[in-house]
Amino acid sequence: MTRLATGGRIDRTRPLRFSFDGRDYTGFAGDTLASALLANGVHLVGRSFKYHRPRGILSAGVEEPNALVEIDRGVGRREPNARATMVPLVEGLVARSQNRWPSLRFDLAALAGLGSAVLGAGFYYKTFLGPGRDAWHKRWEPLIRRMAGLGRAPEAADPDRYGNRYAHAEVLVVGAGPAGIAAALEAAAAGGRVILCDEQAEFGGSLLAEPRAWPQLAADMAALSANPAVTLLPRTTAFSYGLQNFVALAQVLEQPNDLRERLWQVRAQRVVLATGALERPIPFSGNDRPGVMLADAARHYAQRWGVLPGRNVAAVVAHDTGYAATFALQDAGAVIAAVLEMREAAPAALLAEAARRGVRVLANHGVVGTRGGLRISGLLAAPRGADGAPDAARATPIACDLLLMAGGWTPSVHLFSQARGMLRWDAALDAFLPGEAREAVTCVGACAGEGLAPGLPVTQMAAGSARAPKAFIDQQNDVTTRDIALAVREGFRSIEHVKRYTTNGMATDQGKTSNMLGLALVAGELGRSVPEVGLTTFRAPYTPTSFGAFAGRHRGLQFDPVRAAPLHDWAVQQGAVFEPVGQWQRARYFPHAGEEMRAAVDRECLAVRESVGIFDASTLGKIEVVGPDAALFLERCYVNAWQKLGIGRCRYGLLLREDGFIYDDGVVGRLAADRFHVTTTTGGAARVLHMLEDYRQTEFPELHVWLTSTTEHWGVIALQGPRARDVLAPLVAGLDWADFPHMAVAECRVAGIAARLFRVSFSGELGFEVNVPASQAPAVWQALMQAGAAHGITPYGTEAMHVLRAEKGFIIVGQETDGTVTPDDAGLTWLVGKAKPDFIGKRSLTRPEMLRADRRQLVGLRPHDGRNLPDEGAQLIATATSREAEGHVTSAYRSASLGHPIALGLLAGGRARLGDTVFATSLNGAPMALEVVAPCFLDPKGDRLRG
Amino acid sequence: MSGFSAFRLLREALRGQSGWEPQWRAPAQPQAEYDVVIVGGGGHGLATAYYLAKEHRVGRIAVLEKGWIGGGNTGRNTTIIRSNYLFPESAALYDHAVQLWEGLSQELNYNVMFSPRGVLMLAHNVHDEQSFRRHVHANRLAGVDNEWLDAEACRAFCPPLDIHQQRYPVLGGALQRRGGVARHDAVAWGYARAASALGVDIIQNCEVTGITRGVDGGVTGLSTSRGEVRTRKVGVVAAGSTSLVMAMAGVRMPLESFPLQALVSEPVKPVFPCVVMSNTVHAYISQSDKGELVIGAGTDQYPSYSQAGGVQILSHTLEAICELFPMFRRMRMLRSWGGIVDTTTDRSPIIGLTPVPGLYVNCGWGTGGFKATPGSGHVFAATIARGEPHPIAAPFSLDRFVTGRLIDEAAAAAVAH
Repeated sequence: MTRLATGGRIDRTRPLRFSFDGRDYTGFAGDTLASALLANGVHLVGRSFKYHRPRGILSAGVEEPNALVEIDRGVGRREPNARATMVPLVEGLVARSQNRWPSLRFDLAALAGLGSAVLGAGFYYKTFLGPGRDAWHKRWEPLIRRMAGLGRAPEAADPDRYGNRYAHAEVLVVGAGPAGIAAALEAAAAGGRVILCDEQAEFGGSLLAEPRAWPQLAADMAALSANPAVTLLPRTTAFSYGLQNFVALAQVLEQPNDLRERLWQVRAQRVVLATGALERPIPFSGNDRPGVMLADAARHYAQRWGVLPGRNVAAVVAHDTGYAATFALQDAGAVIAAVLEMREAAPAALLAEAARRGVRVLANHGVVGTRGGLRISGLLAAPRGADGAPDAARATPIACDLLLMAGGWTPSVHLFSQARGMLRWDAALDAFLPGEAREAVTCVGACAGEGLAPGLPVTQMAAGSARAPKAFIDQQNDVTTRDIALAVREGFRSIEHVKRYTTNGMATDQGKTSNMLGLALVAGELGRSVPEVGLTTFRAPYTPTSFGAFAGRHRGLQFDPVRAAPLHDWAVQQGAVFEPVGQWQRARYFPHAGEEMRAAVDRECLAVRESVGIFDASTLGKIEVVGPDAALFLERCYVNAWQKLGIGRCRYGLLLREDGFIYDDGVVGRLAADRFHVTTTTGGAARVLHMLEDYRQTEFPELHVWLTSTTEHWGVIALQGPRARDVLAPLVAGLDWADFPHMAVAECRVAGIAARLFRVSFSGELGFEVNVPASQAPAVWQALMQAGAAHGITPYGTEAMHVLRAEKGFIIVGQETDGTVTPDDAGLTWLVGKAKPDFIGKRSLTRPEMLRADRRQLVGLRPHDGRNLPDEGAQLIATATSREAEGHVTSAYRSASLGHPIALGLLAGGRARLGDTVFATSLNGAPMALEVVAPCFLDPKGDRLRG
Repeated sequence: MSGFSAFRLLREALRGQSGWEPQWRAPAQPQAEYDVVIVGGGGHGLATAYYLAKEHRVGRIAVLEKGWIGGGNTGRNTTIIRSNYLFPESAALYDHAVQLWEGLSQELNYNVMFSPRGVLMLAHNVHDEQSFRRHVHANRLAGVDNEWLDAEACRAFCPPLDIHQQRYPVLGGALQRRGGVARHDAVAWGYARAASALGVDIIQNCEVTGITRGVDGGVTGLSTSRGEVRTRKVGVVAAGSTSLVMAMAGVRMPLESFPLQALVSEPVKPVFPCVVMSNTVHAYISQSDKGELVIGAGTDQYPSYSQAGGVQILSHTLEAICELFPMFRRMRMLRSWGGIVDTTTDRSPIIGLTPVPGLYVNCGWGTGGFKATPGSGHVFAATIARGEPHPIAAPFSLDRFVTGRLIDEAAAAAVAH
């Protein structure tokens, strides 16, 4: 056991059992999976991405590139690529290594490592070019894909729940180390809401490895906890910093019977970033072997978790902090084999302390290489030569079971950079630091360089390493110093190019330990300085964030709001079959017991033609257009003439886009000189309002007119059929029937309810649309059903509605039109106000292309065989063998009323081809012959709807 | 240019990969004069330069790039390649590209990893079904592969797909088996390397600051951040910056620019065999060879030149991904990014001549330009070399916005590219 008898913040009274790769171990409450594994002497925990090299635990935090494991919490709860350093230990935790076969200790794919001389940066661009044009896809890609990837994706749907919360705060503090806690205390004292978040399970940051600071830490946290204005969020990562201090936080809860994670979106008056700094690894051959660890991480394991990660410890040091770590391990009981000081000399005080402790310090030394199989067993130390590389000829072996790397510190400026803050290069500290900010943000503590001391500059630390074999800088992606040199040699000089060519910094640790080394190496190869090479862009998220947290509660039926019309519940009771139309659920047909869709639709259609049908049309978009300039506004927008439309009359309105193509349609009724009731298509409600508002505000700001969406306010009940008036009239009060012709509108009472009654028809029959307040619609519907019982009133759905309108040749926007259809194409030229000076799209209608005789025009189509339907979407061709599309079938239905199938289509020059035969393509047979006919199959004069 | 091959790779392994030279020459300064200058070193611009040199034997060609090559939308897209567009003009253009993709690695001697693993577009309502079946009919007539799958066949083709999701069940889908993905960076680098070998000068960090014109109005040269360049022919291929460059010659472009976002997950073992697109729920997904799920999100609602977008756009897309593929809910987003897409009113590109003699433009690819890269470069090179539109490019002329002969794929399909 490497667990110390005393010390650390773990609770030795609460042992926790867990397993790794099927073996059972024990840790304590307060452990992470990484600290618990180390406490059990487990150093080998993973395999690298490309060469499958054995890897251990490099760090103690989010920057961990190597110790990635699979956490299995049961069916649907398998989580790949979890960083063992960030997984709090819980009772019964099941963890497995990944990316190895057949086992972690013996991984056959590690043979890839033998080919590492071949498989350098970008090798895949240079080979797999044959044999044959499809060699890559057919032969090589499957092999590469199997080798690549890390863990296994979950295999079943995730049963856990995720939440979402929005919050405002006067101050959001990111990072609860000493600087963040101080900032939170200060903000709390000033009053106002404070949010303090930290990615770790425990607050304290670097203080967690400073036992002497624990009493004060406890007191500070108690003070913050006691303050109701302070929200403390542990295990919460600020991962995205958006405009105007809009910061997204991912909180991990993982408590039983609670959410797994929650996404916070916080708008803060001021953000304090106290995100700390990350220790830099050192590039030398074999720096990736299990047992090679960041020095400060080892100190944390010893002091925070009471774990001694090695008994015989060597350290390679480019920064003073390496000594503190070394001494801490010595204090915890380790033997210090040697400290290789990469600098010419360490500060005298540190050397004196080392001497006092009997620690051997070899100045100006580096590591030639390491030894060991699945864990480090020793290293070769050598004096550094003139080029910075250790001189292998003068190497001496040193045995060790743990090698510390103290490469200096990189401030975590990720979020500051995401906030569009400028970074400045601090030559003294050898680091990018926050410069000019563009948000209300303050950086404090190590991320601002505070408390950091200079060490060996990173370019000098990396000097000479480009020739070392197997000196890894991106340990997860297996990018070596040689790969960087190769990329530069091949002309990849932009740091973005180097990143993409070598994949340096693109692993799941997002370059937290590799980016600065990559920069230093590129700078070295190009003979330029680090700031001249520049940084790659810092992108969200700061650490990988689960999809579930983003999706939150938007799942299942809550994925998108379900919009239900006022009569939805009634339709459900009747056993209606529904179809989605945008967010709406609309009743498609109302089958009787045992009735198929076709029979139901036929029955519903015949009822409308022969007696009366009733239809829920509430989903139609409705816009109340009000104001002294309302008529003028509509005049400028729609193609129709509105100024002379009488009060109490309606008109079928057509709206175009600027390019002259049909955008939407709907009946518009005039209720008063200054008030119009505009209807739109169901799908077009929002976008039409959006477009009209856009014109109102930006093009016609001088007009006095207001637009209000009333789609949900009105329940709309359509009564259609020769008996419609007979059903309706007894229930209507306050209407002058003598002055209520087709296309009239009136305010009256229907079944005692205040209503707007339209006499309109989308079926070709005598028809009415009763608009009543949505809450009253069910009552009015019931009254109409009762009144219609004697006439066999029949509820019908959208499918019958489609058939009925197609029999009449009425278009549906989005079906007969597709954004390429002009009013004339659709046979609607008669709607266009010829004398109008302007309307949206008018100018476009005069473009030469719009005037061609061979434009695709709306026609009716009758199958020659009188039985079969052409496919909707089938292309129309002139002969059965033609390859040239001349149009397409837009709608096709069986018509019970007519006794034969009907179709509508758009056909080149179609109106001049009535009587011709064309063919519709088929996906599984011969093209179908169709006769071109006028698009109205029933009652072309309109006698029925005026009846 | 010394060739790329497995043999060469092995030979180089014996000497520490030290024998590789720069993949493209990188002159620091442009020469004083060129026959053709391409403005914009993305995939389309580099492909144009390559085909100008290779097929039209143009002698002196430069590509000027204000940043680093392939750093714009070429390196920021979700790499989807397909040609099942509705209108014959579009299908011809994109299928021309697919045919070039199929042999591109060999053509360039650079593995661009074209992977025709099939692109499946999902239908969730009757309208989708009608629209996609119309595409299938149109494509088959035009000789472009596209087939209709019912919902069960969709699941068989893409096993992770949940066709019975509660809110928007899958009714079926249109599958183009020749569609797929490629390695986006490799396309830029491969064209750059091949073009450079044919003598094309690729000058990075060279921003065009002005277009000079002669007395006849024709182009005579360019001002750049690295000096003046004389040339009689300029091809502008500057994506989101096109409007700004064209304005230097006094040409206003019918373009709007929007941020478009994408993201990748952490890498996992192969779990997703194809490309799936769903416009109704706004999700586009494939898995890269490295193992990352590559996911496309939507554009922001308002025009902007910011290469970043809102969190809500990412949320919206990931909600859809989690509904279509509930097993991916525990996957994690590793990286997100944005690009600026230049869109036309009919959502089809502009390729061709401009009112300024000697000035050519290739732009307006919106959210779907990557797939067209080889075809776009190929027909644009021919257009520049001959001074008249290549037949495939002809319908995509700038003057279609005057004549009204639009090619409105977006309106026709309600499908993002």
